[in-house]
Amino acid sequence: MDFLIFQAPMLMVQASLDGILLGILFALIAYGMALQWGVMNIINIAQGDLVILGGYIAYTMYLAGIHPAWGVIVSPILMYFVGWGLYKLVINKVVDRDLFISILATFGIAIVFQQLMNFIFGADVVVAQSEYGTTMLFDNSVTLPNSKIFSAFVSLAYAVALVVYMKKSRLGRAIRATAQNARAAKILGVDTEKVYAATFGINAALCGIAGALISITLTLHPYVGLPYTVRSFMIVIVAGLGNLPAVAISGMGLGLFEEFADYILGTEFRIGAVFMLLVFILVYRRFKLSKKREYLK
Amino acid sequence: MEKVKQKDLILYSGLIILGLAAPYLFSAFKVQLTYLCVLIVLAMTWNLQGGEMGYNSFGNILFYGLGMYLTASVQVGMFFPLAEWTESGGEKTFVHTTAQYFQGIGVGLLVSAIIPAIVAGAIGYAILGLRGHYFAICTLGLGIAAGEIAGGIEIIGAGQGFTTPPFPAEIVDVEARGKFFYFLSFFVLVLAFVFVKYIYGSRFRLILNAIRDNEDKAEAMGIQTMKYKIVGWMVSAFFCGLAGGIMGGLIGYIDSTDVAFDGREMGVFMVLMAILGGKGTLWGPIIGATLFHFFKEGLWTFILGWQYVALGVLIVVIVIYFPEGLMGWLREKYPERFGEVIDEKDRKSQVELK
Repeated sequence: MDFLIFQAPMLMVQASLDGILLGILFALIAYGMALQWGVMNIINIAQGDLVILGGYIAYTMYLAGIHPAWGVIVSPILMYFVGWGLYKLVINKVVDRDLFISILATFGIAIVFQQLMNFIFGADVVVAQSEYGTTMLFDNSVTLPNSKIFSAFVSLAYAVALVVYMKKSRLGRAIRATAQNARAAKILGVDTEKVYAATFGINAALCGIAGALISITLTLHPYVGLPYTVRSFMIVIVAGLGNLPAVAISGMGLGLFEEFADYILGTEFRIGAVFMLLVFILVYRRFKLSKKREYLK
Repeated sequence: MEKVKQKDLILYSGLIILGLAAPYLFSAFKVQLTYLCVLIVLAMTWNLQGGEMGYNSFGNILFYGLGMYLTASVQVGMFFPLAEWTESGGEKTFVHTTAQYFQGIGVGLLVSAIIPAIVAGAIGYAILGLRGHYFAICTLGLGIAAGEIAGGIEIIGAGQGFTTPPFPAEIVDVEARGKFFYFLSFFVLVLAFVFVKYIYGSRFRLILNAIRDNEDKAEAMGIQTMKYKIVGWMVSAFFCGLAGGIMGGLIGYIDSTDVAFDGREMGVFMVLMAILGGKGTLWGPIIGATLFHFFKEGLWTFILGWQYVALGVLIVVIVIYFPEGLMGWLREKYPERFGEVIDEKDRKSQVELK
């Protein structure tokens, strides 16, 4: 335990800015999860591994001499097809079934992804250098990597674009209709099978963007996917399905929590703190609902 | 009725004799046999709340890892300063005498059974109020959090790991270590089986099934569901802790995320084994664990490096195509064997309708 942070206001500003910028990135992943959860009623444990795979796509570009920031355009396109393929292979068989089956099946997919990434990209911790430099604030006492600012802006831009797309386009309308009532949508001529595939593809594409951003702001490793899944799950259960401002705010809240936990508890407990927060949030919601004799659905 | 009992008696005594003779018959496979016993215990007790109660937990690994750390800590801490032991990181500065080793592991196993059960009881009220997938995700989080936190605690070795006391060197017989752990795990297996079998014949199981089928209705019928859910989870935790303690001694080295709170291996294995054999049956998890163990040991060495890919694919295939497991499939095929009476007329009329 280390409470030094509360005596140094500049450290707090640093942690807060870091947390908020990071949180926007988490919110983008969580938006993808909320989308598929709302439309297809599945919980995707492999979400984080899709993120990491997207990151490795950007990293591969970096190794090939292309600036990794282009990954935010290339990675979602490739990841869309990965998601689409995954849907056709496995996910379409778990859509209308018990949620536990989707959890376990996607857990299996997550293990396969982790191991394949380990074979292809190696087990080292890697990072793609964006060479964007850093911004100094408040008399050089707060340093912000420009790549983090860049990632927050790209995330926001994509999120806004997606919201507009979901509101205006034909596919977006079909997706929203399917989410409301899949059967009615089917009767009215929506090809739900196509909608599901597209939804999962869009989710994977969002993961791809987030992954490309993570490759330049944070680090990549084949086995760090699960924390991203848990973070996005947490954000979704706090914010609810399909409430974008709430998703953004709770994403930032999570980012803040993590940065402060990092300072106070020490970096070795960071991931542990994230998972404990998940447990606490669920238990808190459970006690709150049990007063009304209800439970989380 | 009497005849069936006699058949059972022959089956059980046969199995026990086989179990007792196994380390002599297959003396090269003692470690594998110990693994098998532990896997069966884990699958059987997971099935109690995963299959019977309908609370699919990914977090029983929490009790397994807790038991592992507790046994080793007690075994060391009873005679030597624990902090110095872990700091020396396996350097043999302290040596257990034979008596100390067995006293230590005995007390350690006792502690490792009781404390996880108490922990399960303590957190049960909060966690078991969650239902369905929320429970599954919450327990998944618990298991991983435990691993991450244990990896940061200095006194139990932190990221460096914890070397459990080596088997006393005074015992010259090289086979002794393997036999000791095998019989220990076999004893726990028999204990677990007798207990689970007893539960299967009791009202407790019916209540658990009622909770699985419709918890609201069970509550409306006047069953205090929470009480039974907690007890069910405590039973699982008790045996998971014991299994963990034995595995810690057998492996000889405890790492926080790769051995103790190993959600990627043991944590998934126990769920998978129970589903493979058939959730909610007495023999399903046992058959599932045995099959899985043979599959794993047989295949792992041939596909070295690819075993996790195979495991992931296996999970997907089992979950999607055989969610009822082997016993469920047999039950559909030969319902008479499971004591289900089929009305021939009704069956025929259904066939005609098709």
